[in-house]
Amino acid sequence: MAVPESHEFFLDPGRCIGCNACVQACSECDTHKGYSMIQLDILDRASSPQTIPVVCMHCDSPTCAEVCPADAIKRTGDGVVQSARKPRCIACNNCVLACPFGVPKMNTGMHLMMKCDMCYDRTSVGKKPMCASVCPSQALYYGTREDIGRLRPRSQPIHTFQFGGQEITTKVHLMVPRRPALFALDVGSAFRLAPAGDGGEDPLLAGMDGGALA
Amino acid sequence: MRIENPDSISKAPDGRPDRDQPAWREQFPIDWPTDDFRSRRDFTKLLGLTSLAFVVGQIWIVLLAFRRRMPLGLPEMEVASPDELAVGDSKIFDYPRAGATCVLTRVASDRFVAYGQKCTHLSCPVIPKPEKNCLQCPCHEGVFDLATGRPLSGPPRRPLPRLRLKVSDGRVFAVGIEEGVL
Repeated sequence: MAVPESHEFFLDPGRCIGCNACVQACSECDTHKGYSMIQLDILDRASSPQTIPVVCMHCDSPTCAEVCPADAIKRTGDGVVQSARKPRCIACNNCVLACPFGVPKMNTGMHLMMKCDMCYDRTSVGKKPMCASVCPSQALYYGTREDIGRLRPRSQPIHTFQFGGQEITTKVHLMVPRRPALFALDVGSAFRLAPAGDGGEDPLLAGMDGGALA
Repeated sequence: MRIENPDSISKAPDGRPDRDQPAWREQFPIDWPTDDFRSRRDFTKLLGLTSLAFVVGQIWIVLLAFRRRMPLGLPEMEVASPDELAVGDSKIFDYPRAGATCVLTRVASDRFVAYGQKCTHLSCPVIPKPEKNCLQCPCHEGVFDLATGRPLSGPPRRPLPRLRLKVSDGRVFAVGIEEGVL
């Protein structure tokens, strides 16, 4: 069994309402041993209600697996990066520190790194991941590319991210505004620029034409 | 130099193709299909199934042995006509079925012996040597006692299967097998 190629995961943080339903649902996935592996990031509560659900992006070149000294993190043939294998994981925290998206979590009680595996027991038999099945605003969307294109005409999926010198392509897509046309998200630019507060210009989109959300 | 693995889907961070990557990447692959990962459960399953196969094999051998011991009800077959063999002569015949070759030897004027011809070592045909009172296997110089079929020297450790014979009016009949299997 494998995750069907037609179905992809789309992450649309702009729609997140911070309800925590995904966090709750994640812990109820059969293979997650009762632990939730999704985390709901609160950006800046003082100035914005924005929250961002963080799921594993399932990189084509998984940094967590690259840095694993115990060869414990594996990627299945359909591109899903799995939690660390229990007999191999030495709980060294390398992956937790290395992941550019901050996804892996160390379960210190079990001495095991556990991370979002896109509910592999569900997606590999054609079901939705737990988080995508409960998300009321569909900020976490699992479906075909045609469907999301029809449902979100003003957004486009991207899966290329620039972290300084490291370019990462992922299996999970991030929905970004269709205008300005964007092919890669330069995450590092946020650190190079002054904090957004002077003119309200989004540092992530700086350098693109327009520079404002469509 | 590595060969391209069709199962390899993950890219190395430097973006170069698989064949330009160092050898350790092949030995510690990220992709599950290219990894020889055996879980503890798989290994335990392998051990368990292997032991079970051994147990089943042993039971099978025991059942076969029981079957061999059962009276076979072999047919009575005439193997030599009156005065066909002089003392010291031998005759090859098939008993109880075609292909199961046996050898009949007249060791005395009133005494015949017959054995399955397959050597109990590696199944070469044994040759009666009445002058030395033995049957000899030419392959590995195995020697059996002509009177009893017991191994005397060489590699064989089990006796030759001996045929029960009946002599009436000079005619020799094979009526069964004493021990072993043809």
